[in-house]
Amino acid sequence: PVPPGPTSAIPPRGVPVSAATLTSSPRASPLVRHHAATRLHGGGGGPRVSAGGRRAARGSGTGGSGVPGTGRWYRRERALALRSSSSALYNNLAVLCPPARPPRAFGAVHGTTLSLLGPEGPPRQLPARGGGSALSTPLLTQAAWCELPARVLLVLTSQRGVQMYDADGSTLVFWHALDVPEHPAAHSVFARGISVAREHFICVGTSSGAVLVFDIPPKGTNVTLSEVLEQHRDPVTDIAAEQGQALEGAGDLVTADDSGTLCLWSTGEEFTLLGKIPGSGCTCSSVTLWNGIVAAGYGNGQIRLWEAGTGQLRAQVSAHARWIYALDLAPLTGKLLSGAEDSFVHVWKLSRDPDTDDVEIQHCHAECVTDTQVCGARFCDPAGDTFAVTGYDLSEILCY
Amino acid sequence: MSARALPLLFLNLGGEMLYILDQRLRAQSIPGDKARKDEWTDVDRKRVMNDIISTMFNRKFLEELFKPQELYSKKALRTVYDRLAHASIMRLNQASMDKLYDLMTMAFKYQVLLCPRPRDILLVTFNHLDAIKDFIYESPGILNQVDETFRQLIETYNCLSDGEFQLIRQTLLIFFQDMHIRVSIFLKDKVQNSNGRFALPTSGPVPWGTEVPGLIRIFNQKGMEVKRTEFTTGGNYITPQREGSFELYGDRVLKLGTNMYSVSRPVETHMAGSSKNLASRAKENTVPNPFAKEELNFLARLLGGLDIQKPAGGETGFRLNLFTTDEEEEHAAQTRPEDLSYKVINIEATQEPGRRAELSRILGELEVAEPRPGGAGKGEDLLALMDGL
Repeated sequence: PVPPGPTSAIPPRGVPVSAATLTSSPRASPLVRHHAATRLHGGGGGPRVSAGGRRAARGSGTGGSGVPGTGRWYRRERALALRSSSSALYNNLAVLCPPARPPRAFGAVHGTTLSLLGPEGPPRQLPARGGGSALSTPLLTQAAWCELPARVLLVLTSQRGVQMYDADGSTLVFWHALDVPEHPAAHSVFARGISVAREHFICVGTSSGAVLVFDIPPKGTNVTLSEVLEQHRDPVTDIAAEQGQALEGAGDLVTADDSGTLCLWSTGEEFTLLGKIPGSGCTCSSVTLWNGIVAAGYGNGQIRLWEAGTGQLRAQVSAHARWIYALDLAPLTGKLLSGAEDSFVHVWKLSRDPDTDDVEIQHCHAECVTDTQVCGARFCDPAGDTFAVTGYDLSEILCY
Repeated sequence: MSARALPLLFLNLGGEMLYILDQRLRAQSIPGDKARKDEWTDVDRKRVMNDIISTMFNRKFLEELFKPQELYSKKALRTVYDRLAHASIMRLNQASMDKLYDLMTMAFKYQVLLCPRPRDILLVTFNHLDAIKDFIYESPGILNQVDETFRQLIETYNCLSDGEFQLIRQTLLIFFQDMHIRVSIFLKDKVQNSNGRFALPTSGPVPWGTEVPGLIRIFNQKGMEVKRTEFTTGGNYITPQREGSFELYGDRVLKLGTNMYSVSRPVETHMAGSSKNLASRAKENTVPNPFAKEELNFLARLLGGLDIQKPAGGETGFRLNLFTTDEEEEHAAQTRPEDLSYKVINIEATQEPGRRAELSRILGELEVAEPRPGGAGKGEDLLALMDGL
């Protein structure tokens, strides 16, 4: 069933700022320049460099406050061995972390299998489903644990379709096959992008741009395809649900694609498109949604923060020197984790100024994973005090 | 996953193969008037390069190659290069062929990994083709074939989006996953660590279109920039000077894909130590795509069916050794770890009727040079051809 819904984006309140204007034209209004190195401040509400500076914006140009230095927030802890190395795929690290307990399981895709690491027992591998014909084993594109109120499902996406297992990967609950042509066409077919929505849907993206919405029963295998959302014209890369408080009029689901286009949806028995943020040709490989702020990671190494309600660009960070492969968000604190091909993992802090309603992003911590192109990075607890990372050709998950 | 990765894989690996062969042939060549009957001369070298390049850029072969299709396994692709390397008067023993393939694949893996943007894989390919044109500049016929391929690459790939190129790159990286063979030239240049992993620099120019990391810009509700802050990372990046050219002729700017071998630098690989990664090597796809094998055999067969001048007197041709001595080559053959051997794949009949009909039709159009053993069925013909390698 094709969803009804508006196809035009809601025009933003302010002047829309396109990527072109951002990088080229000089600004008319005076700016305050701060030089804030990674600062040391306690968890939660510490002093903010921005507050003082911004209020003195018009002309006074005070220097930066905060302690310059390499305030280290995290230290490297242990490395967990996987049975096989991780593939270079977007968002290639799945973590199952029940609240207030250490992470229960990790997973990373290696070609045609998912490498699983549980709390006890040896590491295992879960293969992609062939789809029944005599064709070769398909490649997996992504895996993620979907936490619903009544159950947790492990979802795998591949060149052939979508596999849903129970949390430890022992029982196949549901299989959805994609329409794969007889002979390979110029455009590849695959599923990619996994997220829970509104506590009883699982959304999966596809290479055609369609987003499949599956209705998940609290138990049993009676999963049904409830809707197919067709707004993207390029392969879907990532999907994220609102992890905090959705703002009024803002969506609670965001989908991203290869062209950098972001779609904002309101979920329910029928999904409605609320707005579309057009891409500028730069792939958005990873996306998160928190308190009405969309954080998106791009192929040119930038992180952009968008207002979910209006589609307005609120922040632009030249975060990485290479393609960003993973973003993750810690909902209790608004910490944002980014990992990219440049071997770096950065931790940022998102916040919103209650007076001015300005969105803030500060750099907290940088970690270099030597000689590794990071392809997966996830927080291991909802406050973001710990995180895990993996990279291409790495047979380990590094924990910080 | 990407159905457009195979031409890039084939052409770049082929390019690396030519660099290595050229270097070895030069290293082993003797001036024409002093050479014995079984020694290499410059004339022989040029002839080998011409033969191989002309086979590699055969129109019918490339037509098949450019059709959208999945990538094959390393073992299956190796067969094609085996035939390509034997497209002339040159012969390689199993050990030398193994070493050649190892070097080719590690070199291209390095190039794919270090490409600043996924699109730059195309520049790497163009670098290889530019060098190939240099090898055969004296032969206008072959030069034409290469230029044709160049144009086809431009036509097929220049319009692809960055996302599609990244998919191609990810597909190629899956192909190269878990390969950590140490190459002496890489080790010496500190490009590869002693554990076989490549060194990834965190300094230098950022890719074209990327900004140097460090700047945070905040905008208000109206879209006006209200604040800028900077942060520091451990990296040391600079802005790039210019973008490489994607035209038929031009400065590619990127050095990846250019010839890094010269006569004075011997090329060696180290087998020991790479087996440390045995535990992390997942088993190769145990159910290979039968269609892929038949398609590939068709490619291999195409190469085998081309008219190749055999040396006079029915000799087996000149042997090229990729090692410094025959004893070394012998030793390498005996000590190669089991998991790294490239076993020739077995051919199985496929049930799909449509495809066999198409292949049979094309095969019928080709001129087959070698004699068919006793009028046996098609499958057995291929088997015999493979055994004869």
